[in-house]
Amino acid sequence: MLLRYRGREGMYGWLFHRISGVAIWAFVILHVVDIYLVGGNPDAYDELLAIYASTIGRILEVLLGAALLYHALNGLRIVILDFWPAMTRYQRVLWWAVWVPFVLIGLPVAYQIMAPVFGLPQFEFGGG
Amino acid sequence: MSGAPRASRQRPHGGGWEVAVWYLMRLTGVALFVLALAHYLIVHFLFDPSAQTATWIIDQRWNQLFWRAFDWTLLMMVLFHGFMGMRTVIGDYTHRPRVRVLLLTILYLLAVLLFVIGTLVVMTLPTPGGA
Repeated sequence: MLLRYRGREGMYGWLFHRISGVAIWAFVILHVVDIYLVGGNPDAYDELLAIYASTIGRILEVLLGAALLYHALNGLRIVILDFWPAMTRYQRVLWWAVWVPFVLIGLPVAYQIMAPVFGLPQFEFGGG
Repeated sequence: MSGAPRASRQRPHGGGWEVAVWYLMRLTGVALFVLALAHYLIVHFLFDPSAQTATWIIDQRWNQLFWRAFDWTLLMMVLFHGFMGMRTVIGDYTHRPRVRVLLLTILYLLAVLLFVIGTLVVMTLPTPGGA
């Protein structure tokens, strides 16, 4: 049983949720280990950070953000559907609705992360 | 599966651990919606990761108990949610019980390892004063 919900939005919703979840899980393993380095071997951490801040690192960072944002928003949709059964009529509408905040939040975040690669200015937030 | 199209697994019947996991996945999921998104936006949007060296983390982030507690709570939520999620994924794609038991054992050992090293670094990272 590879696919669970045959057809259309339900299947894609589930598939993307699973793919994004596994991707985030894999990243979390890496991330807990790298944060351990902050205490265990700070120089190694700083070297790793330079890789994260490179062009390929930033592209992966954007993909991570995309996975996180989709998984979170679709997850919220799942919670709504599970605890507010009357909304199941709008199951498909809600899936499309997920993409609105995904784009509205995702685009500025992607810009902010990739801006240094292209020499573009980043948004400033005081403290900085 | 019957009736209207579903977005998620039906709540398991009967009681016990499976029902608890069903609820806890949703509970930890909502907690993560707040904690994980806040974490990502702060680390990747408000600040640029390239500036967050080990020294910066010691001096600017984990010099405050709030952020240590926040990050540790985030870790607990993510370990539960992520590893319970992977339990479901493993269950879906393994058919032989021995393979499943082996993979789940590795999965749980990995979770324990991450719990230990994550808790260790949050608790023992020096504060800027050098305590």
